[in-house]
Amino acid sequence: MTTFETVIGLEVHLQLKTQTKIFCACRNEFGHAPNTHVCPVCLGLPGTLPVLNRQVLLDAMKVGLALNCQINDFVKFDRKNYFYPDLPKDYQISQYDFPIAKNGFLDVVSNGNKKRIGITRAHMEEDAGKLIHDAENACSLVDYNRTGTPLVEIVSEPDMRSAEEAYDYLTALKLTLSYLGVSDCDMEKGSLRCDANVSIRPVGQDKLGTKAELKNLNSFSAVKKAIEFEVGRQTGLILSGGSVVQETLLWDEAKGRTLSMRSKEQAHDYRYFPDPDLVPFTLDVAQIDRVKKDLPELPYAKLDRFMTAYKLNQYDAFILVQDPALADFFEACIKIYPDSKKLANWLNGPLMKELNERKKVFAQIKLLPLEMTELVRKVEDGVVSNLVGKDILGIVLSEGKSVESIIQEKGLAQVSDDTVLEKVVDEVLADNLKTVAEIKGGKTGALGFLVGQAMKKMQGKANPKKVNEILTRRLQND
Amino acid sequence: MVSQETVNYIAGLARLHLAGAESEKFAKDLEAILHYVQKLDGLDVSVIKPTSHVLNVENVFRDDVIKPGLSQEQALAFSVENLNGGYKVPKVIE
Repeated sequence: MTTFETVIGLEVHLQLKTQTKIFCACRNEFGHAPNTHVCPVCLGLPGTLPVLNRQVLLDAMKVGLALNCQINDFVKFDRKNYFYPDLPKDYQISQYDFPIAKNGFLDVVSNGNKKRIGITRAHMEEDAGKLIHDAENACSLVDYNRTGTPLVEIVSEPDMRSAEEAYDYLTALKLTLSYLGVSDCDMEKGSLRCDANVSIRPVGQDKLGTKAELKNLNSFSAVKKAIEFEVGRQTGLILSGGSVVQETLLWDEAKGRTLSMRSKEQAHDYRYFPDPDLVPFTLDVAQIDRVKKDLPELPYAKLDRFMTAYKLNQYDAFILVQDPALADFFEACIKIYPDSKKLANWLNGPLMKELNERKKVFAQIKLLPLEMTELVRKVEDGVVSNLVGKDILGIVLSEGKSVESIIQEKGLAQVSDDTVLEKVVDEVLADNLKTVAEIKGGKTGALGFLVGQAMKKMQGKANPKKVNEILTRRLQND
Repeated sequence: MVSQETVNYIAGLARLHLAGAESEKFAKDLEAILHYVQKLDGLDVSVIKPTSHVLNVENVFRDDVIKPGLSQEQALAFSVENLNGGYKVPKVIE
């Protein structure tokens, strides 16, 4: 029986978060009443002229450079012609044969191995408007606020061989792009969108099979599920003697299947030609080098550095670099408190938990490196227990008070006073005669249970190390 | 020769509805136009860079600064029909 290999290429559209649109001075922002951020240019009224937003070219250059692309020194815009109500000019201004960036790559960690995925090109274009389907009135309503939102489209080579790899590429791409600060990179909000080209071919064959283009992939997991479904569909089709037709398919998340979009078959003749309304652009090497030099440290470089410089394991470093703000915070903390492992544990554990519970990212909370390190130190010095430390972190974040004042006000300091602890141990020993007998009989593991009982009596405020010491001594002497 | 199928295909892309004899007429017209333009094939252009723009101007930008546009009322004044702040169009099937 023939075994098949999956071939996947992804096209990602990234919305840039510039102040204004790509070719006009309208505010580039979502969530406003329909058709309130529009002007004669983005509405495509006759006689208007588009003028390129300088920041868009810069941001697109950043994207290209971060993806190890060659930046073209000659860049122009072209018209992509098609009719659709969300496209008021009846053409989209895009880039055809001279995109801003080409021939790049992204290194992706997939299944524990590093894999290099080729980037064919990245180009600038304008977004279309938004169609709202009004079932009640049997019509569609168009909102042109999104028209002219700057996009960078990133086209990968057909280098991925499984849905998993496509998922990992997308994850790595999103992380890299988020470091650039040029976009929200939020799939749910549509600021990052993905189409997948999927085909299969017999293992060993060089020629690509006929591809299907998957659209309406609204989440990372949808990308994975849709590709898995599509590979199954194509394999079944070929094994039963049929063949794959090149077409655009929509992913139906609710039904968990791809559906044919029959109407689009003829629409692939876009008749690109240079847009006479926009003059070309030439970029000099010095300018490109300057942008390259100003790129932030990218996630995989940061990961390697964190592992070498701070002796973190890959797991800890990987979590930290997921959020550049958190990674910066870690580096600010480590200057004050040098134990990287303990710090990483606090940031990736309790702090992450607090962020998740609040549904926030690090940049949205107020936490000073000095407070964080103070807390870790208090726990390490035994002033407060680990458990109480976690509570204090929650209070610091909610009330914005200092660690020291919370400990004072709430009386959270750990009790290390021998006379108090001896008394508690007395009680615990008296209450648990059976366990005491077991320990004396050699079942030393039960000691932990007694420590736990003492902690409980002290509402978590006893110094567990001290309790342990006292218990051990008493059990030996008695 | 420009076939009538080609004419109909182009008309379809441009959303033009041609009456019966028109596609024949346009096939002849287009043929004549193409024939005329083919004179250029006789020129040696091997050393000439493709022209992407007729103006000798490059690098025209604007700064990323917001300026007021149209109000919703002004924007919708261009619509044939509107509803709830949107341009009303025939139902689009996705």
